[in-house]
Amino acid sequence: MSLELAADIVSAILLVAGSIFLVIGAVGLIRMPDVFTRMHAASVSDTLGAGLLVLGMIVQAGFTLVTVKLLIILAILFFAGPISTHALARGALAVGLEPMLFDRSGRRRRKELGLIGEFIVGQDREPRPAHPAAPVKKTSAKKSTSRKRSTSRKSSTGAGSGRGKGGRSSKR
Amino acid sequence: MFFVAAVAVLIALALAVARALAGPTVFDRLVAANSIGNGAILLLAVFGFMTGRPEFLDLGILYALLNIVGTLAVLKYFRFGDLGHRGGEEPTP
Repeated sequence: MSLELAADIVSAILLVAGSIFLVIGAVGLIRMPDVFTRMHAASVSDTLGAGLLVLGMIVQAGFTLVTVKLLIILAILFFAGPISTHALARGALAVGLEPMLFDRSGRRRRKELGLIGEFIVGQDREPRPAHPAAPVKKTSAKKSTSRKRSTSRKSSTGAGSGRGKGGRSSKR
Repeated sequence: MFFVAAVAVLIALALAVARALAGPTVFDRLVAANSIGNGAILLLAVFGFMTGRPEFLDLGILYALLNIVGTLAVLKYFRFGDLGHRGGEEPTP
């Protein structure tokens, strides 16, 4: 009898906490100013809210088949949430949306966008050659093209980090 | 307590629907749609527990699987402009 009461209390606490996190995430989804911050708010309700609610229902269900189904739902949510959030952020960056960056005093900053510039696909649609002076071999096998692509990506990341560092040092 | 959880899930669903209707870009609507799908799963589970019939959890599993596939399909369409694209580095313009 007391064990049932304890299980009821624990599941009630978990359910109420999950409800609070769900509502917090939904309010953040409304109130946040940007796509990326909205993803951040939605992930709160997708992980903590859903996880706590499902845990509360697991405590209520006990050792039955229902618990197994709830655990399957929990696993699917925990793997699908980060994957879809990652794909959303990557797609938004590829289309050309830029995240809002703010100072500590609330001013907009634009220099730091160079840090994420390498992810924006619209900028490097055409792959740059590794060395601009060297001529690009056009009759080359697939092996050399893959090597060229990897080197060009490395050079582009170096350029992006250099730009970001320069912008930050000039700001301070 | 399941009643409180159901009301909270309904509030979250209403706010997500508002964001899906008012979102300025496609990605806002996609974030809201993903969150609506998760809310539907939780509402199915909580409603099943509230009425004493937890068989609705199978529908919840099905909705979870459909949710991620649908989100990734719409994202691929907006990224590459083609659902049959093989992916890779450079998207079609």
